[in-house]
Amino acid sequence: MTTPALLTENITVRYNDVLALEDVSLTVAPGRICGLLGTNGSGKSTLFKAILGLVPAELGRVRLRGRPPAAARRKGIVGYVPQSEQVDWAFPIRVIDVVMMGRYGHMGITRRPRRADHEAVAAALERTDLTGLAHRQIGALSGGQRKRAFVARGIAQGADVFLLDEPFAGVDKRSEATIIEVLRAMRDDGHTLLVATHDLAGVPQFCDEAVLLQRRVIAHGAPDEVLAPDRLFEAFGIEAQAVGERTR
Amino acid sequence: MTALVEWFVLPFQFDFMQRALLVSVVAGAICAVLSCWLTLIGWSLLGDAVSHAVLPGVVLAYLFGLPFAAGALVFGAGSVALISVVNRTSRVKEDAAIGIVFTALFAVGVVLISRIPSDTDLMHILFGNVLGVSDSEIVQILIMAAVVLVAVALKHRDLTLYAFDRVHAHAIGLNPRRLEALLLGMLSVTVVIALQAVGIILVVAMVIIPGATAYLLTDRFERMLLIAATVSVAASVLGTYASFHLNIATGGAIVVAQACAFTLAYLLSPSHGIAGRLAAGRSARRTRTGTGDVPTAA
Repeated sequence: MTTPALLTENITVRYNDVLALEDVSLTVAPGRICGLLGTNGSGKSTLFKAILGLVPAELGRVRLRGRPPAAARRKGIVGYVPQSEQVDWAFPIRVIDVVMMGRYGHMGITRRPRRADHEAVAAALERTDLTGLAHRQIGALSGGQRKRAFVARGIAQGADVFLLDEPFAGVDKRSEATIIEVLRAMRDDGHTLLVATHDLAGVPQFCDEAVLLQRRVIAHGAPDEVLAPDRLFEAFGIEAQAVGERTR
Repeated sequence: MTALVEWFVLPFQFDFMQRALLVSVVAGAICAVLSCWLTLIGWSLLGDAVSHAVLPGVVLAYLFGLPFAAGALVFGAGSVALISVVNRTSRVKEDAAIGIVFTALFAVGVVLISRIPSDTDLMHILFGNVLGVSDSEIVQILIMAAVVLVAVALKHRDLTLYAFDRVHAHAIGLNPRRLEALLLGMLSVTVVIALQAVGIILVVAMVIIPGATAYLLTDRFERMLLIAATVSVAASVLGTYASFHLNIATGGAIVVAQACAFTLAYLLSPSHGIAGRLAAGRSARRTRTGTGDVPTAA
């Protein structure tokens, strides 16, 4: 059996007295797009933090390409695409500088870019169709372009496993299609993508598999199965059941 | 023209003015560099806190005949650690933790001064005494400045990464907490340098205004560093000269010069100033037909 790209075993995370994740076990094979579905507060962000090693797990273990999180981080295996709200869009930094930050793990102590770094950044910008916008300030991009800039950072980094936190929030339909195109091309190159989203309608068209999370894993499988109305009811309550039926 | 030359040359013949200019220019440049990261991270008031908290350190150093920088550094770094401890181990929020720690330490300093019979003037510590700076103080300042500059030269890209996205820094195997500690350490040293130029009360201006001014003028971080340093050094020079010619307080004059620079940038910056925004509003109204979907780069 090949080593899974992402493996979590019985992850349990507690914030003070609040149980944020309970016994979460997930296996995602290389070259897959996995949708991570759940409401606000369902533990999607906490799971990302546990995978990145930002919150300590009370129980359980995480492996990225067979490596523990700290070793995986040092190898630059994990690429992280933050939620829009977590980014200071007025920061005086250009798109090309953001993408170059993906290379810092490969550089010497002063992080002075060498030729290989410039080439990796140029290639990543090309892949995400941002070459013409490389010298813009990061906030001067549209919502979809901003997301692609952070994806490009992960590509320049040489990341294998990508964690994308709500990549479609605040993005119009056309930009969403462009992002999905980029994500699929990355999947076809063997990258693994875990995409946290509450956009249920868009899941079947681009995910290979989906996970329904509500503090614990409610379902994991093909998007159609996971989006079955009774499952959605368990995770989202009555409102989402209607959404689920509409997507069928 | 000759009057202007004389305005600049005449004071420079005095030894004390040469030293004052050296100290205020070095302090201005170092503070300006730090201020860029502080304004972007939102740590401006931490500079205020550290500067007040060093007062007992300065007094104790005087009492035991130690270099002033030693006492100031211990209390500067100690105050940062204490703020973080109070913040993390109680339900008190960060702004309250900062307020409690720095005022408490400052008060200890005031009490100490009032009980110690000395010829060190409280006013000099509070408002600076750059015209009377001693040789040993200059040596201490130059050593500290060199330390900060080496750290900046080696680590400036990591510090900018930390300021922009610390989760990414963590994700690629860097240690954000270590970068935070480095920046706080640099802040402590910088504050101690600037104490000599403008005094405890006005140090905070030196670590906020240059960065904030430059932030209004550019969208590139490297340029921001350059603009901040230029503005700050110019303010130091002008302030020190003005202090000589007009017989006014040096520290105050330097900070007033910085405030003037900020006001000009605030009003006149083409990209982020009031005038620039008004002009942009007018041209936008004229060319309403544009796509408008993608905001243009400044």
